[in-house]
Amino acid sequence: MNLLWIAFSIIGAIVGLLLSAKAVDQGMMIHGMTFAIASVIAAYALISQHYNSRPAVVDQSGGPDYNLAIVKYGVIASMFWGVVGFLVGVVIAFQLSFPVLNLDLPWTTFGRLRPLHTSAVIFAFGGNVLLATSFHVVQRTCRTRLAGTFSPWFVFWGYQLFIVLAASGYVLGITQGKEYAEPEWYVDIWLTLVWVVYLMVFLATLWKRQEKHIYVANWFYLAFIITVAMLHVVNALAIPVSLTGVKSYSLFAGVQSALTQWWYGHNAVGFFLTAGFLGIMYYFIPKRVNRPVYSYRLSIIHFWALIFLYIWAGPHHLHYTALPDWSQTLGMTFSIMLWMPSWGGMINGLMTLSGAWDKLRTDPVVRFLVTSVAFYGMSTFEGPLMSIKEVNALSHYTDWTIGHVHSGALGWVAYISFGALYFLAPVVWKRKSLYSDKLVSWHFWISTIGILLYITAMWVSGIMQGLMWRAYDAFGFLEYSFSETVEAMHPFYVIRALGGVLFLIGSLIMVYNLWRTAKGDVRSEEKDELILNPEVAVAR
Amino acid sequence: MDITFQDASYFAQTWGLLYLFGLFMIVLVYALWPRNKKKFDAAAQIPLEEKD
Amino acid sequence: MFSHKIIEKNSILMLVLTLIVVSIGGLIEIVPLFYLESTIEKVKGVRPYSPLELAGRNIYIREGCYNCHSQMIRPLRDEAERYGHYSLAAESMYDHPFQWGSKRTGPDLARVGGRYSDEWHVTHMRNPQSVVPESVMPAYSFLEKTELRVPDITADLVAHRMMGVPYSDEMIENAKADLKAQVDPDADNVDGLLARYPKAQVRDFDGNPKLLSELDALIAYLQMLGTLVDFTSYEPEQNNR
Repeated sequence: MNLLWIAFSIIGAIVGLLLSAKAVDQGMMIHGMTFAIASVIAAYALISQHYNSRPAVVDQSGGPDYNLAIVKYGVIASMFWGVVGFLVGVVIAFQLSFPVLNLDLPWTTFGRLRPLHTSAVIFAFGGNVLLATSFHVVQRTCRTRLAGTFSPWFVFWGYQLFIVLAASGYVLGITQGKEYAEPEWYVDIWLTLVWVVYLMVFLATLWKRQEKHIYVANWFYLAFIITVAMLHVVNALAIPVSLTGVKSYSLFAGVQSALTQWWYGHNAVGFFLTAGFLGIMYYFIPKRVNRPVYSYRLSIIHFWALIFLYIWAGPHHLHYTALPDWSQTLGMTFSIMLWMPSWGGMINGLMTLSGAWDKLRTDPVVRFLVTSVAFYGMSTFEGPLMSIKEVNALSHYTDWTIGHVHSGALGWVAYISFGALYFLAPVVWKRKSLYSDKLVSWHFWISTIGILLYITAMWVSGIMQGLMWRAYDAFGFLEYSFSETVEAMHPFYVIRALGGVLFLIGSLIMVYNLWRTAKGDVRSEEKDELILNPEVAVAR
Repeated sequence: MDITFQDASYFAQTWGLLYLFGLFMIVLVYALWPRNKKKFDAAAQIPLEEKD
Repeated sequence: MFSHKIIEKNSILMLVLTLIVVSIGGLIEIVPLFYLESTIEKVKGVRPYSPLELAGRNIYIREGCYNCHSQMIRPLRDEAERYGHYSLAAESMYDHPFQWGSKRTGPDLARVGGRYSDEWHVTHMRNPQSVVPESVMPAYSFLEKTELRVPDITADLVAHRMMGVPYSDEMIENAKADLKAQVDPDADNVDGLLARYPKAQVRDFDGNPKLLSELDALIAYLQMLGTLVDFTSYEPEQNNR
């Protein structure tokens, strides 16, 4: 097996060099070289591993020999990309407040950095959290080691390479010009490869499980992996102008292109940012409060209802556009129906705490997990509301959408991720507790104030701008010019940027806390009151 | 191929409705079937029964 | 005990069921769009992009203009007054991919063509705040200094033809020459260019005839946006969606 992987790396290096040498543009020259260097590093790592293979460390506990290393790497990558993504978000928020910060350079304008921000937070931060947690959860709930020796590492490093290629591409102006699907054709192909191996690792682990049932969290992870594969492959269909150039043209045009893109875009929210993170909710909340999920039956209904309704909701991004009306109506109908399973899931997550509500006060990690579910409930109420055509007529194209997305992204996705990371670090590094629970509390409150500043600023500016656009004066003329509405946004853009700064500071506190945790430190002032990691506490 | 708006909406309001309703009923019956209760209760305990 | 085969089947079963459920939704929603006759109205005037306009559109995409500008006017009273006639599906039928956008940090651009002079665009790109003080748009002064470099415009047209955009053999043969001719009213093949791409605007867009710059291409694209459809012959009743 080792030899096969070495052969793949060498082929990768050759392909990269050829692409670079024959490149018709600068972008492919750089990316071909990046790919070749990554392949050479992989080959070197594999070969040196082959020659000094140390004896495997045997787990003394007698339990399954879980692959903890891959989860550790996933936790570290999540923190790294999280901070990068939040930082770029803060930068572009300030650019919208003070345009001089665009620097008049090609690589630093809002237009190129905004995809960098969205991809970094969704795919780099969120994606690594999903990789780390799914690899952890599937091993634990199947009571068996993750399948494959090298393939999980290929998935991990291959995914990081995807991120680097995509992100450097945006800065260089390499993009397909479709929101949340900006990477060019060759990066899309690479991601497809990585994703197929991810699916295989996940499935193979399920196949060798030592537990009769497949726990519901794995259903959500599986639905996330397979549906994202389908969405990505269909939406990314494109014809490259040259096989040695970066540029390609999307296969679909106009209306069809719009619907395919928002079918993809909305289900990236539905299956990447919702189904995947619900997998986190269904494992980590029961685990942290030490109670089974409130209703397993409800979780089954939640799962099926969610996936068969979500897939239809995309057209609500295209209300009042040139998309045929029947399609818009269909999208709106399903979006409203989607409210039900979403709230079913929220109730299921929240009620898991019944009888243990005091943990909300005593355990700051539980506070993150539960607040995230509350934000999930709020966003999944706001979403259906905004999908109603009459509401959408006002909200669309304004900051209200941005506020809605961030109440979901910061409140739900990031908070459940933070909760999971705080839970995971002591477990995978086998520490008795976190370095500090107080710092978790600080993180929670600082970032919560940040989120509230962010979403309230966007609500006000969004609704205000929507109303200003449609305001008429006494003579029946439009009351405001477009630039007057832009000027009115300014204070809210500054408040939003400050909210982002607070959120970023919170994440830096987390990085410090988890770094000290991994090192095995304990904050001395708190050492008698820290919440113990049950796994290690029992063992001692 | 000539599909009109009427065809599409007729299809959605008949077969589409039937499909979704059927799907929902199957899931509901599966989830609430009394004999499955034991299975689900056992599955719910999976995350909590780890012993390492 | 239970056999491994059943376990394998269970996870595969789950995978297949999931896939079926999610594909049905997508298929029913997307596929009819390709077949419904009424998806795209029949209107006069829409044509494929000229080579220079296409190059300009690629710069529009490269710089991520779609992050802040929509190209989709909704049939609402204020939008019609602010931006013009609501957008038709036909107007983006050759857009691979669409650029309808999702956010208006800046105004809609679907019908920006002809609204401002070339000089306004040049000044605006150099320093947006000098013409619109409230603007939060980044400056793009590098565009007028950067030579327009397209590795092979013919290949771009060929790729479009493979996807069904009606570029003729003649258009493809003349692509390279057309690219240059559109900024040079004295070029030999301007008449041919205009015959191939009716309503194409031929002039030096950025005010610097010495350099075929990226700004030339971008302004050529912006100035043609929304100018193609002949609304005198458009009958909305014929196009019920």
